[in-house]
Amino acid sequence: MVGGGSGVGGGLLENANPLIYERSGERPVTAGEEDEQVPDSIDAREIFDIRRCWAWVESLFLHLTHLIRSINDPEHPLTLEELNVVEQVRVQVSDPESTVAVAFTPTIPHCSMATLIGLSIKVKLLRSLPQRFKMDVHITPGTHASEHAVNKQLADKERVAAALENTHLLEVVNQCLSARS
Amino acid sequence: SLENPEPRTRARGIQLLSQVLLQCHSLLLEKEVVHLILFYENRLKDHHLVIPSVLQGLRALSLCVALPPGLAVSVLKAIFQEVHVQSLLQVDRHTVYSIITNFMRTREEELKGLGADFTFGFIQVMDGEKDPRNLLVAFRIVHDLISKDYSLGPFVEELFEVTSCYFPIDFTPPPNDPHGIQREDLILSLRAVLASTPRFAEFLLPLLIEKVDSEILSAKLDSLQTLVFQTASERVETEGLAALLSLTACLSRSVLRADAEDLLDSFLSNILQDCRHHLCEPDMKLVWPSAKLLQAAAGASARACDHITSSVLPLLLDQFHKHSQSNQRRTILEMILGFLKLQQKWSYEDKDENPLSGFKDQLCSLVFMALTDPSIQPQLVGIRTLTVLGTQPGLLSTGDLELAVGHLYRLSFLEEDSQSCRVAALEASGALAALYPVAFISHLIPKLAEELRREESDLARGDEPTKCSRHLRCLQALSAVSTHPSIVKETLPLLLQHLWQANKGNVVAGSTEVIAICQSLQRVAEKCQQDLESYWYFHETAVPCLLALAVQASMPEKEPSVLRKVLLEDEALAAMVSVIGTATTHLSPELAAQSVTHIVPLFLDGNTSFLPENSFPSRFQPFQDGSSGQRRLIALLMAFVCSLPRNVEIPQLNQLMRELLELSCCHGCTFSSTAAAKCFAGLLNKHPAGQQLDEFLQLAVDTVENGLGSKASRSQAFTLLLWVTKALVLRYHPLSSCLTARLMGLLSDPELGPAAADGFSLLMSDCTDVLTRAGHAEVRIMFRQRFFTDNVPALVQGFHAAPQDVKPNYLKGLSHVLNRLPKPVLLPELPTLLSLLLEALSCPDSVVQLSTLSCLQPLLLEAPQVMSLHVDTLVTKFLNLSSSPSMAVRIAALQCMHALTHLPTPVLLPYKPQVIRALAKPLDDKKRLVRKEAVSARGEWFLLGSPGS
Repeated sequence: MVGGGSGVGGGLLENANPLIYERSGERPVTAGEEDEQVPDSIDAREIFDIRRCWAWVESLFLHLTHLIRSINDPEHPLTLEELNVVEQVRVQVSDPESTVAVAFTPTIPHCSMATLIGLSIKVKLLRSLPQRFKMDVHITPGTHASEHAVNKQLADKERVAAALENTHLLEVVNQCLSARS
Repeated sequence: SLENPEPRTRARGIQLLSQVLLQCHSLLLEKEVVHLILFYENRLKDHHLVIPSVLQGLRALSLCVALPPGLAVSVLKAIFQEVHVQSLLQVDRHTVYSIITNFMRTREEELKGLGADFTFGFIQVMDGEKDPRNLLVAFRIVHDLISKDYSLGPFVEELFEVTSCYFPIDFTPPPNDPHGIQREDLILSLRAVLASTPRFAEFLLPLLIEKVDSEILSAKLDSLQTLVFQTASERVETEGLAALLSLTACLSRSVLRADAEDLLDSFLSNILQDCRHHLCEPDMKLVWPSAKLLQAAAGASARACDHITSSVLPLLLDQFHKHSQSNQRRTILEMILGFLKLQQKWSYEDKDENPLSGFKDQLCSLVFMALTDPSIQPQLVGIRTLTVLGTQPGLLSTGDLELAVGHLYRLSFLEEDSQSCRVAALEASGALAALYPVAFISHLIPKLAEELRREESDLARGDEPTKCSRHLRCLQALSAVSTHPSIVKETLPLLLQHLWQANKGNVVAGSTEVIAICQSLQRVAEKCQQDLESYWYFHETAVPCLLALAVQASMPEKEPSVLRKVLLEDEALAAMVSVIGTATTHLSPELAAQSVTHIVPLFLDGNTSFLPENSFPSRFQPFQDGSSGQRRLIALLMAFVCSLPRNVEIPQLNQLMRELLELSCCHGCTFSSTAAAKCFAGLLNKHPAGQQLDEFLQLAVDTVENGLGSKASRSQAFTLLLWVTKALVLRYHPLSSCLTARLMGLLSDPELGPAAADGFSLLMSDCTDVLTRAGHAEVRIMFRQRFFTDNVPALVQGFHAAPQDVKPNYLKGLSHVLNRLPKPVLLPELPTLLSLLLEALSCPDSVVQLSTLSCLQPLLLEAPQVMSLHVDTLVTKFLNLSSSPSMAVRIAALQCMHALTHLPTPVLLPYKPQVIRALAKPLDDKKRLVRKEAVSARGEWFLLGSPGS
């Protein structure tokens, strides 16, 4: 039971070297924002904050990976690179025209989670933005093998609605959305 | 059966005998014991099946009190000789240890007579022991051997070997372990053994270092780098770094003792070797983990720090020049800063030479490069590095200092978008000015003085907004560097001179200028509070000067000029009040007494002789004179006398109090009557209990009652009542309850009701100018809680009894009291107030709404069961308030909507569609802060009862 000397058993490496980005801190509240009279227009930072920017997207992936792993094939866990699916998120927003465009970039062109990620972003925006907004969630051009198919799915209101009728999908999306809020 | 040829039968026989002995060992006579022992010793030679029972018998005998001398030794000898302990079962080995323990407890002297043979015998017994239960006993025996000074003879190394082979303990208790032995138990008892004697040191040290080398260094360092730092678990990272730090610290110490010079060095070299290439990799992926490792090691001791710094700094300096992007440079500079800070940590240790001095030129040029970098981040790090460099003596040459001061001057005038940089530059200026006052006096102050003079001439020509902000920065810079007495002697006259100039007839100075100068003065005063001499200089110079300016401004003039009156505006006076207050609170009683003999006569008798420019066109008589300008200056008197230490005697106090009371009820100017009331209250609060205090109180009560009775001065009398009440509530004076009741009665007064309701806010809040702890007022710590318990029942009762039109006053008063109370105190009381709070939600007053919402929000989180009974009311009211015209109410209502999701889901589900629809509207609120709350509240409501939430 007790042996002389021993090797220290180190845990397995769970994470390769992800680039660590400086997290954008809480948005500082300006004097204008505290003034009752001044209207503040919806800007990119606000959409960014709605999705809790990077950290949110990152946790979304970890979460999805975890979920998918538990749903799909437990014998074949996803590789570490696949965790690093999203490289960048671009947001364009126009308050007067009531439009939002979010582009996300999978780092590997065959990322199987692209649709689910897009759907989660879309649902989060639907829940968090005024109805007048027209939302466009798409993959950054040229970064995914089935880019058009995914974009089409995400743009199709009825397919999004139908996807959310699916209890299983809704569950995954909800888990993503409650992962960090 | 003891002589039966079958060993099993013999064993059973002996077992029976042994068990009997175990029961009755205390009754045995000496003769019997001798006999039995001889028998048992003999039996040890018997068949191995018999041995366990024999040992049990011996254990029973080892407990005998009647054991004659010499037998213990012979028993042990027999065991050592005849029995091969490690081939026995665990239980039987345990029996052997018990025999030894028993003898060691009762026959210490005899065993010591055995000399080193005993130690040797025991080493043989325990050699190879594997069971944790036995090990615990064995370790204790070894510990006793050592601590009780048994002879170890030539067997020190053997004893060490036989115990140290268990180091480090690697044992995980089986999940169903009934013995409850933890890894820690073993670790601790082994550590006790290994650390019990200095004679082990020569063996222990190499062992530890070997372990450190093989495991900590290769395995742990590697895993620290690759695993710990990447798992983003800060706790693990911190633990790892702490371990490294203590290890290095330990090594640093042990080396000093054992005089093996190269151990620490080789350890550090190992770390350095592992980290070096990470520091130099162009992609900079692992620089931070490596830097953290190195810094942890360097944080352990001065020597480690020197060693690491001297090899890492050249590398980093080199790297800085290799990278050209400003964020990479910033990262490298940040790492350098980390090492410099560590060096600073050890700099107090008396060292011949600072290892940094060899790099000082390079470091300085690096810092200056960073300070001129186009982006903010490197500038910020540069400023911090400059400060750290400056705090270590001998690193900044005179030339460098001059350059640094020049940079800081430039950075202090940066535009609005580099706010953080400017603030950092000001802080750095303050820190460095305290260390190098001469450099700042000769290179910075003249520039700032020049700047101020330019402002003055610019102001004379007309106001420009850009100049105005430059002016502000100049003032801020002046106050920021006033960190050394000799600098204060330069900056204070500059600022006061500037204030004089701003009030000369030929300069158009708005109250903003005056306020800015006063704020700057106040910051200087705050900086002086540490240094008694400087502080007195400030008080002695600034206070008379400010008073003279104000008196000058209050003089009646033949041709009324607008400019002069700027100083008499409410805001300008308030700014001067805080300067005088800050310049007075820290005075010693002696100096304060000196000052009070000038200032009180100034106000009571118009004695202006101590003012710097005292030729005024007419007399200064704020109490007698009708001029409202002079009366306003009572605020300055208040600032001074209410900040004095409690034991300073105030001359002509009786007269002063009466004058103040009279002025406080004088109608015409609210500012001066309020100042008089506050001044009176401030003095009252500090006055020792006794006849004089009772007289003052009686006088005050009479004045209040008279005032309330007459139509003209009701609101002044009310203000006086309010401040006197506050002064007494703070010090738990018995009369306070009576005055509070009077105040509560005024809640239903049609004229004063709303003011009385707001008065409760004043009673519960902290003032900034009078009745402050800093100003030596008597403030009991629990006064809010006490006020709550004493008065809330009466408030609630008053609410129920009050006519409909004044009910909101009670609600408002109540909500002020609840709002200022610490939430933990409030929570248990809230359920009883719940119906009142629900009613208050419908009150149109937004102050009441806001404070009610802030009371309900924690209640929703803490007592969801109680609250779910009212869910219908709550949902409706919160949604209504989420479209209130007041932004703060909208935000609070949405936070309550969010908190509602903590109620049991089944209660909420019927409302979900309605709420989600209603919350779509605030998503489009014109205020971002409202939208933010709406987003999080709506998101939570979406998740209610939904799969996956």
